[in-house]
Amino acid sequence: MSALLSVERLSVSFTTYGRRTQVLHDVSLNVPEGAQIALVGESGSGKSVTMKTIMGILPIPPAKIEGGRILFEGRDLLTMPERDRLRLRGTAMSMVFQDPMSSLNPVFTIQDQLGTILKYADRRLGRDRDRRGRYARILEVLGQVRMRDPERVARSFPIMLSGGMRQRILIAMALLSEPRLLIADEPGTALDVTTQAQILKLLKDLVTENRLALLMITHNLGVVRETCGYTYVMNKGRIVEHGQTQSIFDAPREEYTRSLIAAVPRLTGRDA
Amino acid sequence: MTAPPVLELRDLRKVFPVKGSFGRVTGEVRAVDGVSLTIPQGQVYGLAGESGSGKSTIARMIMGLAEPTSGDILLDGVSILGRQASLAHRQRVQMVFQNPGASLNPRRTVGQSIRVPLDAHGASGDRRRRVGDLLDMVQLPRHFADRYPHELSGGQKQRVAIARALAVEPRLLVLDEPTSALDVSVQARVIELLESLVADLGLTYLFISHDLSLMRNFAQTVGVLYLGKIVETGPVAQVFRAPQHDYTRLLLASVPVISAEEEAMRPVIPLINGEIPTAEDLLALREQANLKEAKT
Repeated sequence: MSALLSVERLSVSFTTYGRRTQVLHDVSLNVPEGAQIALVGESGSGKSVTMKTIMGILPIPPAKIEGGRILFEGRDLLTMPERDRLRLRGTAMSMVFQDPMSSLNPVFTIQDQLGTILKYADRRLGRDRDRRGRYARILEVLGQVRMRDPERVARSFPIMLSGGMRQRILIAMALLSEPRLLIADEPGTALDVTTQAQILKLLKDLVTENRLALLMITHNLGVVRETCGYTYVMNKGRIVEHGQTQSIFDAPREEYTRSLIAAVPRLTGRDA
Repeated sequence: MTAPPVLELRDLRKVFPVKGSFGRVTGEVRAVDGVSLTIPQGQVYGLAGESGSGKSTIARMIMGLAEPTSGDILLDGVSILGRQASLAHRQRVQMVFQNPGASLNPRRTVGQSIRVPLDAHGASGDRRRRVGDLLDMVQLPRHFADRYPHELSGGQKQRVAIARALAVEPRLLVLDEPTSALDVSVQARVIELLESLVADLGLTYLFISHDLSLMRNFAQTVGVLYLGKIVETGPVAQVFRAPQHDYTRLLLASVPVISAEEEAMRPVIPLINGEIPTAEDLLALREQANLKEAKT
């Protein structure tokens, strides 16, 4: 399998109040075509900075990329012209955000918000689609994320939808432009367990149906095991361990991973 | 005669009116619908439920922040409801909230925050020393008294919130998702602290959470709350091994786990793929279920 996304020895630092702090140290990871990969770590591990650097939404300055490459389909995102990068962002690779309430604009309907995204994605890709065509695509995507009544949802404002529905709208947004890579940042963590389970199942089904690659950024090891076959563990700006998810969870090699896994409460209880 | 349980809820109910246009009452939501439970001294009772189950309303009623529609709340066998309930009795139950970042005043130092309950309840003795002792109890250095919340990590803030709750020597702590905002390694240490406090101070906890894995490890008894009713209750090991109610099974089936042994414990049920029913939908469903029960 060829790598769709490949991060090579990425180093990033931040300079605040004249002090430079290196937050990523030689981070390397691979997302093969159609694979589900997890990047797991606690707060401050650097997983979000890694994700933001990949998406190109890292504020520079204060951040500075000290070295490394991010190859998407063989092209380095860090050196390509901004125009080309803009074309990729939100089209070939898109993002599912964590907090549905702050990622949706409360004063526009779902249809308006999805329509705007689609319009810009189309423009970047040089596609020609009229209003009718866009509406049809919006209903199609809302159906894909299992909305029972896409037309009603399209007319709704975010506040009229439940938390799980809003999270599904965010997934729909990411799917609009038919990306090949989906980057999901803690999807469903703000939701109830039963809703979260539905969202994870939906994500899993969608990536297989559409042959997408998934890079899941999370701190929840259970979520990792439910969705991703391969896992990178991050701590203090470094990848400390990577491998098949189940083998990492069953027999972690590194001390940090071991303590992280030991801290997870088990459904079977302590003694098991 | 044995001592009365630390907390007893007797057929507790809370009904909220649903208002339509012009404030007309068009219906009602039975947020808490006849909940009874008892927690003996030194026990951790886990109340499991999702949004809308009524768990927060129960916590609010125990804390005196909401008035029950009917039913009774007894602390050490004495009601804390009504006018005759004394403040001294009330203060024996304290609460630790979910988000320590929001429950601590950013403009007060840690020491000032912990002093608030001491001042409010007119504690006697050297208050400065008492603040130091409380910081010891939650395993924070004493000089933290002069720090502001923004200088602390999430775990440290939650320890401060626990210290503040302990200030007036409560019998019962209501823990509302006390670790859900924390990293898993930090969570493990806060839970250890809470467990040691049970042993050292003889505390009793009402632990409200939707994290069933954590509940399995922390609580002895579990009550599964659904639409304002406890649908299943019992020793946590037993309820999780052999859940009887469909909703308990759904909850357990939804827990993301990290090992094959845990997965084997989860009931296999198809997850609903469509939209989540609203409170009205659920009420209608319940009416149907009641009808069905009545027939059989």
